[in-house]
Amino acid sequence: MEHKRLTLFAGHYGSGKTNIAINYARALRAAGNEVILADLDIVNPYFRTKDAEDTLKGEGIGLIVSDYANSNVDLPSMPKEAYSLVERRDVMGVLDIGGDDRGALALGRYVPSILSENDYEMLFVLNRARPLTRTVDDALEVLREIESACSLPFTAIVNNTNLGPATTPEDVLASLPFAQELSERTGLPVKMTCAEKKTAAALAGKVKDLFPLSILTLYYMEKEGTSLGKTNL
Amino acid sequence: MNEKVMMKGNEAIAEAAILAGCRHYFGYPITPQTEVAAYMAKKMPKIGGTFLQAESEIAAINMVYGVASTGKPAMTSSSSPGISLKCEGISYLAGADLPALIVNVQRGGPGLGGIQPSQSDYFLATRGPGHGDFHVFVFAPASVQEMADLTGRALHVAWKYRMPSMLLADGTMGQMMEPVVLPEAADAFGSDNPWAAVGTGMKRPHNVINSLYLAPEELERINFERFKRYELAEAEETLWEEYMMEDAEICVVSYGITARVSRNAIVEARSRGIKVGMIRPITLWPFPKAPLAAAAEKVKSFLCVELNMGQMIEDVELAIRCSRPVDLCCRVGGMIPAPDEVLAHIMKLAEGEKA
Repeated sequence: MEHKRLTLFAGHYGSGKTNIAINYARALRAAGNEVILADLDIVNPYFRTKDAEDTLKGEGIGLIVSDYANSNVDLPSMPKEAYSLVERRDVMGVLDIGGDDRGALALGRYVPSILSENDYEMLFVLNRARPLTRTVDDALEVLREIESACSLPFTAIVNNTNLGPATTPEDVLASLPFAQELSERTGLPVKMTCAEKKTAAALAGKVKDLFPLSILTLYYMEKEGTSLGKTNL
Repeated sequence: MNEKVMMKGNEAIAEAAILAGCRHYFGYPITPQTEVAAYMAKKMPKIGGTFLQAESEIAAINMVYGVASTGKPAMTSSSSPGISLKCEGISYLAGADLPALIVNVQRGGPGLGGIQPSQSDYFLATRGPGHGDFHVFVFAPASVQEMADLTGRALHVAWKYRMPSMLLADGTMGQMMEPVVLPEAADAFGSDNPWAAVGTGMKRPHNVINSLYLAPEELERINFERFKRYELAEAEETLWEEYMMEDAEICVVSYGITARVSRNAIVEARSRGIKVGMIRPITLWPFPKAPLAAAAEKVKSFLCVELNMGQMIEDVELAIRCSRPVDLCCRVGGMIPAPDEVLAHIMKLAEGEKA
């Protein structure tokens, strides 16, 4: 897979940007690059890149994140170090942008610099299982809203259709024509299709440009087979 | 059946309310429930509904009062500090026997507290949130699926009993994503309410929506009548789930996110041979007193797991008339116990019984 110096992940709220950004940064690092991951999410106060801080630091990946992420302070501020990532051209940068147009707004201040360097990929993360991007028209609307909010046009699509741990290989396969149609409507290529490692293993050879993901897990979620009882309402 | 979609808890609330027929949402942003408003802002204009960001939480709850007076389903949502502000309006809704849906995605308190999850509004919700003698339905979802299902149910019973309903979630439930099968769209209720102030058509006397009764005899009569309805609601609408209770000697009582943590701990304790089960209240008002009283006949002790300094524990002790020891395992301020913490507490109780 080809990489530009800066890779930006934007998309609909909850489409999976953070998990993909973490995995992408780790893949770049595993290939021997110096990598910095910047969390520019000013929208979501929970479930942040900071949850993976120890893993990232252990692998030698730099993390730029708001001082207030995962703290009890609801202050949507941008980390000052983010400028250094955009200006410093000797490292690979992965940028995790906040959801929707509201999240992408924060990117605007870096756009002139990103455009002038012109060594970036702006990726639209798509999850067809999300209720507000179920149709190509809806996904296209979100895509255009984000572009107009941050003034940076997308360069490719990342298909991340999933239902969390309940995702089946069939769910991913069923999403391919959808991603393809969005690709045709926008003229943007599908850079990759993401799937959790186990699902990805079952999809090997069936999906082009498959990108296996390790998912951050949360300890309060049930172990397999102990899910919440069905309550008859 | 609808296809599975991947949703945040807050989004599931918003979509489920729309599917249940709610077309009027009034709110004011606050973490960690803002996605409810954001979703409504995107969707309501497309379906001919009303989304209005009010100038304050107080304004929003009074807009709900206005729409509810016409019999139409209306809702607001907030998080703990915002719910405090809404309490006056909730009391007025209860006093005027108006239905409404109030969503509380709790965060740590008191005061501004924090933005991380909490269950510290248990007292506020279950004791009648506001001044005067009243109750509201209180639903405690423990999954994104239940966020959707209980939203519909909360609206439904609110209109059935002419009472406000509160969906009492927590920040984790609001923010986490899980697959959901959304309910089918229901016909909008609220079009045929004999009490609604929608014009008489010169065919009947005026309906008056009011909570002011200056004659004490009348106000007493109205309170008595209201509490008859509460009795019916307690008999008909109490919900709970029992988990591994058949042979349990220790009964965990927990709701919402902590019920899920407890479930992991119970599975682990069972693998170590400890007979432990759980009663998970799904309605916090009405509270599942009967199954707890029945459990007290069989188990040796109870363990309440909650994200507050011990609030539901009082209802458990009342339900079992303090006939068994009731212990508390809690974290507060936005912290959530790990399954191991709950497990350690269960082990301690189990060892105490042996001794």
